[in-house]
Order: sequence, then structure tokens, then C-alpha cells
Amino acid sequence: MIVFILARLLQAIPVLIAVGVIAFAMFRYVGDPIGAMLGQDYSDAHRAELMHKLGLDQPAYVQFFRFLWNALHGNFGISYRVGEPVATLFAQRLPATLELAITATVLAVLVAIPAGVYAGIWPRSWVSRALMVGSLLGVSLPTFLIGVLLILAFSVQLGWLPSFGRGHVVHLGFWTTGFLTLSGLRALVLPAITLGMFELTLIMRLVRAEMLEVLRSDYIKFARARGLRARTIYFGHALKNTLVPVITIIGLQLGGVVAYSVVTETVFQWPGVGLLFIQSVAAADIPVMAAYLLLVGVVFVTINLVVDLLYYAVDPRLRVERPGHGR
Amino acid sequence: MSAPLLGVADLTVEFPTRRGILRALDAVSFAIAPGEILGMVGESGAGKSLTGAAIIGLLAPPGRIAGGEVRLEGARIDHLPAEAMRRIRGRRIGAIFQDPLTTLNPLYTIGRQLTETIRTHLPMSAAEARTRAIRWLDEVGIPAAARRIDAYPHEFSGGQRQRVVIALALCAEPRLVIADEPTTALDVSIQAQIIALLKRLAREHGTAVLLITHDMGVIAETADRVAVMYAGRIAEIGPVAEVIRAPAHPYTEGLMASIPPLEHRLERLAQIEGAMPRLNAIPDGCAFHPRCPRAIDRCRGERPALTPAGATMAACLLAHA
Repeated sequence: MIVFILARLLQAIPVLIAVGVIAFAMFRYVGDPIGAMLGQDYSDAHRAELMHKLGLDQPAYVQFFRFLWNALHGNFGISYRVGEPVATLFAQRLPATLELAITATVLAVLVAIPAGVYAGIWPRSWVSRALMVGSLLGVSLPTFLIGVLLILAFSVQLGWLPSFGRGHVVHLGFWTTGFLTLSGLRALVLPAITLGMFELTLIMRLVRAEMLEVLRSDYIKFARARGLRARTIYFGHALKNTLVPVITIIGLQLGGVVAYSVVTETVFQWPGVGLLFIQSVAAADIPVMAAYLLLVGVVFVTINLVVDLLYYAVDPRLRVERPGHGR
Repeated sequence: MSAPLLGVADLTVEFPTRRGILRALDAVSFAIAPGEILGMVGESGAGKSLTGAAIIGLLAPPGRIAGGEVRLEGARIDHLPAEAMRRIRGRRIGAIFQDPLTTLNPLYTIGRQLTETIRTHLPMSAAEARTRAIRWLDEVGIPAAARRIDAYPHEFSGGQRQRVVIALALCAEPRLVIADEPTTALDVSIQAQIIALLKRLAREHGTAVLLITHDMGVIAETADRVAVMYAGRIAEIGPVAEVIRAPAHPYTEGLMASIPPLEHRLERLAQIEGAMPRLNAIPDGCAFHPRCPRAIDRCRGERPALTPAGATMAACLLAHA
């Protein structure tokens, strides 16, 4: 088990180094930070002096290792746009994004799994058909459109929920949370639905397809022949057998939700890293963009590791000893 | 014969399809006495497995019982509400399926699958159910049952898994077990062990067995009586020895002739010409007449009823000696 985790962590290192190279390449080759900093009129001496000060006159590999070293210490440089350390900017904004992403995913999973199980058990029922048609909409409508439509309905027409921002937040040490105030929770509703909608429909369709498949299997027929209760069969035996692919998709989607909450955060002016990223792109704020890239890489690698560990927990057939250690 | 444990009368199963209704079982009647082993043979598609599924109320939709009745210890069990039928399955009628590699849930230990079955049907604590599960594993011949109970299905061989399946079918002590091709998916060397086990358990617990198979050898070795199915109907039913020695139905005769004899080598194995009709093309009269070497004109128009013919019952106009 520990060997397995270590092996997976070792595999993650090259991935993160590759992401680091790309992030670093952005620094070096996208745009010209010196030009941006010095403005229109400058002499070659000015330029050389600034390049030396910033270490840009050193060989690429030296710069790369310095970049990596700093990144490992949480130092991603200073934002060109805001003039604050990138790490500070992220620390301020990450809680907002994580709270949004986790709420969206929890919401999606809580709705999608029962709905998918239902649609898998009674595929011909009226409700199942409605769910499937509805889910097609969820899969095919672009996120920003869902967000705008929700704002139109619930903020503009009905006036029930706020259309932007995070509401009042509470500071808990380094973390700011919107979970503890009413206005924070109200502000969370629409963005979470918007962000979770695609995930919800995807998981629901997957659970349904897997349930249909599993319910045809011999062990379900045998479970019926043993006289087990329908509840036990559907939720104990069938659902658990659908979990491996479902966990994979939930994991990948959670990564996707964290990484690409950009659109939702823009629509709802949600003060998270996605919005920060969009603002940085507009300003060619490369240190922020590079750090964002690394962050997304770390999130994906971490989630993949957790997903692999969950496979282990779900499916005993994967817990086979390695050759030589077997019985 | 004592009062039947299971009585099946004129059981008819139909599948509505776009191109009309297919009659997959047509007025099938038989009875099983307590403790009796009734073999059921026939080609693929003859309706053997369907008979088993119809009895335990697990016909795959859109299949449905369109007529006839099924009685368990005198009480009708066809068209029972789903919940009442569920209580019968496992508790009063057990089932053993064909492929032990796929009938066990791969994600749960066999102990969990046994105890959940026991506790679904019998009022027992978890500890009592576990004790009972270990006893059953021991009884079906799983070595070191007390330790192996916490193993997962993939840690057992095919033969052992079928032993576990048998334990699962019998652990709530049903009076009847429907064994649908219990040895077909197993190695030949394992088949005999499983059949011997089934036979011993049936005797020791007084369990009646409906043994569905296409292997006449298994029937000959195990069953008290045999029902021969053809195109959704029973062609012949009677004591195994009589059916083998003096088959009254030409189809049974052909079936027996196609079993290779042990005493001498044959140049060529006898076979029945043609193939069993598809469900949408069952001929009028006797379903077997197009392939029957002795068919007469009457066979084309008149459907033979199952009537005594010597020591057995046969559905053949020519068999009434």
C-alpha cells in the first residue's frame, strides 16, 4: 500500500516538472516583461541593468532551476499587474474557488447519483425520460449561458438571489469562508449550480449507463434469486459495482471544476483564482498565469492519486499482491 | 407419489414482440415431490431455463406468464406480489446458476454474501448468521471455512466458487432448489464433484431439485425422473431409467441415440436431422413432426397431449402402446 502510494508520487514528479517547464517557457518567451516595465523610452544600458537585476541575463537552465526552487518554496514572484507576491494573491483567492468547486461537486454528486440510479432501474419511466432529456440540455448548454439564464431568472426577475460576489465572508485564520453567513450561502447558490451543472449531467448519465449494464449481470440476477431486498440489490450490490468509473469521472471533473471555474467566476464576478487568472491574461501578468498553471497541475495530480486510492478501497481485485509476494 | 412440493400446470410463457407474441413455453405441466430430483433436458432454446425463471418469478421482461399455474406446497405462487415472491426466493426456493465466475458479486467477501442472504430470510444476529455461514461453507466442502469466509470470490477457483454458490442457494434451507446448468461452465473433472455434492446435500436436507441441463449423462447419474423438453413443450417425462431404456417419444429416442455409448466405438454418432424450430415458426400439430422419422399425416394437424406410454408419459400420437 505504502509502496503503491510512493510509486504514484514518483510518477507524479515528471508530470509536474513538465508543467513547470511549460510555465517557465511562458515567462521567457511570451511577451517582453522588460519592455512592459520600462515603457516606450529606454536606453540599452537601462535594459541591461534591469535584466541583470531580474536575473534574466543568466542561462535558461539556471533561470529554470531558480524558478523551480522558488516555486517549491511557494515563491512565484511578483504580479506585474498588482505588484503583490503571487503567492499572497493565490492565498487570498484560493478559498473562494475551492469552496465553490467543492459545493458544486457535492451538489452534483448528491443529485446525480440518486437520479442516475433511478433512471437506470426504471429506464422506461416518464421521470427517467425527462431526466435524460434534461441532462442533454445540461451537457450541451455552455456554462456561461446557464449562468446568465440563472441570473436572469433568479436575480433579475425573481430577485431571490444575488447575481455576483461572495456575500459576507468570515475569516478563519488564513481561510475565508462564505459557508458561515446567510449572505455567503445565498451568493454561493447560483454559481455552484452553474459550475456543477455539466458535472451533474455527466455523472447522472454515466451512473445510469453503468446501472443498466450492472443490472443485467449474473450476480444481480443471482442476488434476486437469493431473495435479497430491492434496496440491498440496487444500492448495496449494483451501485457499488458502478463506482469505479463513476469515481474516475467525479475525480477528473473535480479537477476540471477547480481548473476551469474561470468562466463561472467571470460570469458571477466570484473573487477566486479563476477570475484572477482571467484578469491576469488580460494584463499579460505572466507570473500569475504560470503559477495558475502549476496549481492546476498539482490539483490534477493530487486528485488522480486520490482516485487511484479509492479504486483500491472499492475493488478488492485490485489489491492483488505483486508477483513473488503472492500466495 | 406423495403430495407434490411443486406443481406446475399448463404453464405458458409469452414474449410480446413487435412482430407478434412469441410463445416460449406452451402448456408445460409437471410436479416435483419433496426430496425428489427432477432432471430437465433439451436443446438450447427448448425452454428449460425459462421454466426455472418462471417458477421463481424472475422472467426477464417483456416475458410474462400468460397462462397456467405454479403451486408451491399447494399454494399458488404465480402472480404473487413482488414482495411476497421475494420472500419465497432463497427461503423456500433456492437457485443455482450456470457460471460461478459471474454469479458472485466480486466486490464483497463470500461471508458477507452468505450472511446477508441468511439474515434476509431468517431472524438471526450477525454472529449467528456467520456461524451458520461457516457451517455451510464447511458442508459444501470449502477447506478452512472459518478462515476462507473472509475471502473475496476472485480468491477461489471455479469449482470452489460453484460450491459457494450452492451454499448461498441452500443456506436458508429451501425445500426446493432450481439448478440451472450447474456444471456446464466447469471442467469435466470438477463437474462430477459438484453433481455428487448437490446430490448428497439434497439427500441429507431432504431438498427437492429441479436440475436443468442439456447433459443427459448428468441426468442419468443424478435424477429420479426426467422431463424432456422440445420447442417449449414437454415431449416426455418419466423415471430416468425408463426414459433411457425405453424412450416413448421419437425425439427422446433420437436424443438417447446421440449419446456416445461406452461399450463400443461407433463410426458415426446418430443425430437428429434438422434443427429445433424458432419460436416464431413452431409448426402446427406436433412441434417435432418435420424432423420425426415416423411422422404420419395426423401429426401435422393434431397436437398430441402428454399421455401415459408404458412407464413414462409422452406427447406422441404413436406412443400409446
